[in-house]
Amino acid sequence: MAIAHDNPLYSRRRRSNAIAKGLALAATLFGLGWLVLILAVLLYEGFSGVSLSVFTENTPPPGSAGGLLNAIAGSLVITVLAVAIGTPIGILAGTYLAEYGRHSKLSSIVRFINDILLSAPSIVVGLFIYEIMVAPMGHFSGWAGAVALAVIVIPVVVRTTEDMLTLVPDTLREAAASIGLPRAHMIVRIAYRAASAGIVTGILLAVARVSGETAPLLFTALNNQFFSLNLNAPMPSLPVVIFQFALSPYEEWQKLAWTGALLITVTVLALSIIARSLTAARKSP
Amino acid sequence: MREGKVSEVTLNGAGLQQRAEATSRAGVLRRLRTTDFVFYSMTRGAAILVLLLLSGVIISLIHGSLPALDAFGLSFLSTEVWNPVTEKFGALAPIYGTLVTSFIAMLIAVPVGLMVAFFLTELCPMSLRRPIGIAIELLAGIPSIIYGIWGLFVFAPFLQKYVQPVLIDAFADVPLLNALFAGPPYGIGMLTAGLILAVMVLPFITSISRDVFDAVPVVLKEAAYGVGCTTWEVFRHVILPHTRVGVIGGFMLGLGRALGETMAVTFVIGNAHKVSSSILAPGTTISASIANEFTEAVGDLYTSSLIALGLILFVITFIVLAIARYMLLRIQQRVG
Repeated sequence: MAIAHDNPLYSRRRRSNAIAKGLALAATLFGLGWLVLILAVLLYEGFSGVSLSVFTENTPPPGSAGGLLNAIAGSLVITVLAVAIGTPIGILAGTYLAEYGRHSKLSSIVRFINDILLSAPSIVVGLFIYEIMVAPMGHFSGWAGAVALAVIVIPVVVRTTEDMLTLVPDTLREAAASIGLPRAHMIVRIAYRAASAGIVTGILLAVARVSGETAPLLFTALNNQFFSLNLNAPMPSLPVVIFQFALSPYEEWQKLAWTGALLITVTVLALSIIARSLTAARKSP
Repeated sequence: MREGKVSEVTLNGAGLQQRAEATSRAGVLRRLRTTDFVFYSMTRGAAILVLLLLSGVIISLIHGSLPALDAFGLSFLSTEVWNPVTEKFGALAPIYGTLVTSFIAMLIAVPVGLMVAFFLTELCPMSLRRPIGIAIELLAGIPSIIYGIWGLFVFAPFLQKYVQPVLIDAFADVPLLNALFAGPPYGIGMLTAGLILAVMVLPFITSISRDVFDAVPVVLKEAAYGVGCTTWEVFRHVILPHTRVGVIGGFMLGLGRALGETMAVTFVIGNAHKVSSSILAPGTTISASIANEFTEAVGDLYTSSLIALGLILFVITFIVLAIARYMLLRIQQRVG
């Protein structure tokens, strides 16, 4: 043992081990540091602008005070519509992958394509919807924005639905089949029910993902200075307003941008934490 | 009365009742079969719709970029000029900016992400693993526009004031490097964009690496510890080689994100259609050009050139993501 301590080879190995451990710790602190920094600045800048008028007044013209009411309302409408369009399609496609075509050729292609869509650049989705909706219709619209976001919702829901349905034990399906339940009923009554928490998690994650999306809305829903719930007209949304206001030279606008940024981040982080705790509660027992 | 009725039924028609039951059962079965078939078709239709979405994206991008490709041909890829007034467009500067910013991002995020995953799987106390893992993943949950606004108002001024002057001075006399770190400290520019991208892709690399590291059989690690390896040696010579394919898949996934990231970059890149050797200079990326200029683009050729940029971006990310998926699939098959 005494020899081991003096051996230069051993001490060199010990030293590189210690250095590596130190670097790993430093890297982790570096990552956490960014999170703290970003959240701290966001809370500081955002909270200083929070007041009731943010929720009761529309976006102001340059140089005067106002709120974000129209942007918040627009974001809510577009997001709800996107989820309403995207979720059923996503759940059905995920069901096909997990229940009907688990090993079929079609499924493996769909799975691959879905994974690509899941991480495809969202601005390309915006271009796609511009080409198929905005250009033919001749004007920007809330509908186009909602469909663009739905295209982003679909792959998220497909993925989680498939994963969660695959976790449902096959014995449950066999038991249902053995008492003569047709397959569709088995899926709706048994499999969906067993996987419900997971599927809801997927939907929440999808909502979290789209509520911060800006790029696909820039040239689909565009923006609107005024309060508007007309889906056939350009519609304001929180992320696009933040984009426009942050890059403006007006101090009031920049302040509102920070407040909007805080609202979005709080929403998104809350949604993803709720989603996480839903699945965690299911996994632990 | 009552008794009579009952007996009547039983008398009248054991056969009749059975027949009625049989037809109603057949009806129910038929109905069930129909709903079964309808449900099946709906799920299959939805699955096919996912395929159609991707082909729709590709077809619409090609369709939209045809005018630009007709006008400029392949030289679109190698032209630096981007002049809306004379309607001369080339994609060289955005492609260059996209590649440079993503390269900077990967240069930082890959080693840091790997070390964080090393820390989380091998060094971190059990009770801290989940909270730290979640905290790192929250970085991925923050919307990109938040990175953008933060980068513009906090990070870029900081770099301009404290970091970039130091870099410029330090490398002023070093050949090659002085070209890389040249020019006035703008604050915004390719380096800033690359650094922000690094923070954004870090969680992707970390969480995938952590997952594949966790899947390494414990026996392998124990055997290495048994012959006297240090923690670092186990990581470097056992875990990393064993999971190489999956880790590279994770890198590619992160790279795909970095290439396509729009909002965070748009805020801090400076939107200058120029190829500059200095990474401190403002530039542009494909996605930032589209985000900045698309709604203001007048004329078919301008719009079409921007869509052509989108097509190029989509092709690049498609290839990168396909490689990533292929590699991750391979490691899944080996583990499972």
